Amino acid sequence: MSDPSSSVTDPAHLALLDGIREGKRVALARAISVIENERPGFQALLHDLLTRGRSGGARLGITGPPGAGKSSLVSEIARRWREGEEGVGIVAVDPTSPYSGGALLGDRIRMNDLALDEGIFIRSMASRGSLGGLATTTKEVLDVMDAFGFPRLLVETVGVGQTELEITGAADTVVVVLVPESGDGIQAMKAGLMEIADIFVVNKSDRPGADRLVKEVRSALHYRTGRTGRTPAHHGVDHSRVGGGAEETEEQEEDTGWVPPVVQTMAQTGDGVDELLEAVAKHRQWLDETGELERRRRRRTLERIRDVLDRELKRRVRRELSTDDDLQDELDRIDAGDATAYSVAASILGRIALDPETAPLPGIDR
Amino acid sequence: MSEGERKIRVLVAKPGLDGHDRGAKVIASSFRDAGFEVIYTGLHQTPEMIVNAAIQEDVDVVAMSVLSGAHMTLFPRVRRLLDEAGADDILLTGGGIIPEDDVRALGEQGVGRLFGPGTPTGEAIAYVREWHREKTGAANAG
Repeated sequence: MSDPSSSVTDPAHLALLDGIREGKRVALARAISVIENERPGFQALLHDLLTRGRSGGARLGITGPPGAGKSSLVSEIARRWREGEEGVGIVAVDPTSPYSGGALLGDRIRMNDLALDEGIFIRSMASRGSLGGLATTTKEVLDVMDAFGFPRLLVETVGVGQTELEITGAADTVVVVLVPESGDGIQAMKAGLMEIADIFVVNKSDRPGADRLVKEVRSALHYRTGRTGRTPAHHGVDHSRVGGGAEETEEQEEDTGWVPPVVQTMAQTGDGVDELLEAVAKHRQWLDETGELERRRRRRTLERIRDVLDRELKRRVRRELSTDDDLQDELDRIDAGDATAYSVAASILGRIALDPETAPLPGIDR
Repeated sequence: MSEGERKIRVLVAKPGLDGHDRGAKVIASSFRDAGFEVIYTGLHQTPEMIVNAAIQEDVDVVAMSVLSGAHMTLFPRVRRLLDEAGADDILLTGGGIIPEDDVRALGEQGVGRLFGPGTPTGEAIAYVREWHREKTGAANAG
């Protein structure tokens, strides 16, 4: 059954690959764990899965402050996509406690409607100390779901801070969810969220302050997009300006390309979710037509190469210095004035780089 | 996280129609504070929902809280569905008001330890840790 040309040698991993080929969800789930835990051989497993082909599925990222309704929105979006018979893979990230290392992953509570749908696969991930809103391997987990054959992928960030910018490296389209309670529109500008949003959602839009927030986000967008010196329209960013007719597209090209629309939703009832999906589709069309999708994906791949290298080097340094005892002699030399932290680091780097046994990734041809 | 270290993943599940999820929430928080990754899915779960979640999340342990008296149906059903899905290595444990005889009978059907009301949470944590150590120890040896 197994492909003799595969780079994977671990028999357990070969069994997982067979299982994934047969569409077994247990195999998918366990392959995800191998990758999430960066168990030995995980690089070869990923390499094999990615060379087998990808669906190139559309990746939608949802981010925003705690309690904004991200999970409910994810659930509503997935349900609508399923009406079109398309399989949906979902990754939801929640924070790891820095004190205990444990995590309470509760995003599934809002996704119970999807619990029995065979076309949906939900995986919760703990952030495990990673900053930036995702777990270290969330992007890889999305790749595995893609390779399994889900044409649509949804990823939801931790939702605790204002620096959840990793999502731009994981998704083609980023939706930033705000609620009237999450403060005024200016807060969104401070947070750096203005820069990453392809689409804004004002959720819980039946609550007081929703209309004001919509106006504020729109005018904040004007400040950003006003750099061409054009006078903004009187009534804020009109939804119809986005991906409209031919002349408009031309006008946008010399303008800013894409003006993030602001969509009002009530995730609890599903109101506005169809409009949100229309905006997502328009953004996708814009990505395709302008070549921006290709550019974004190449940029992501570039980041991935750097990530893989960063992590691999860290892993090797950790292995080289698995205990503090390894450094006692060097500490003595530093104390005696014969070395510095920099000269010690330089010699360790030399050792790691020169070791021919550990230089390549296990099981992967260069 | 260091290489080869494994986080223990636990699904805390509340099946059936009773709405008393305090016990489930207490144990979920205690597991989190013990360093486990806990997936909590909320109230009113069916055995099928529980097993689906357990498979997708690739948990090591399913911990069910059953206070409705339906334990003789719910535990064996979840155990059977897990086995059928190819996840016979997942530990099924739990708690609730369950008579000794029933605990024994469920044990014979492949259900792990069941904890009664008032059990210190540390006991359940120690049990899960010990089970996991034995399981991963065996896996590493084989």
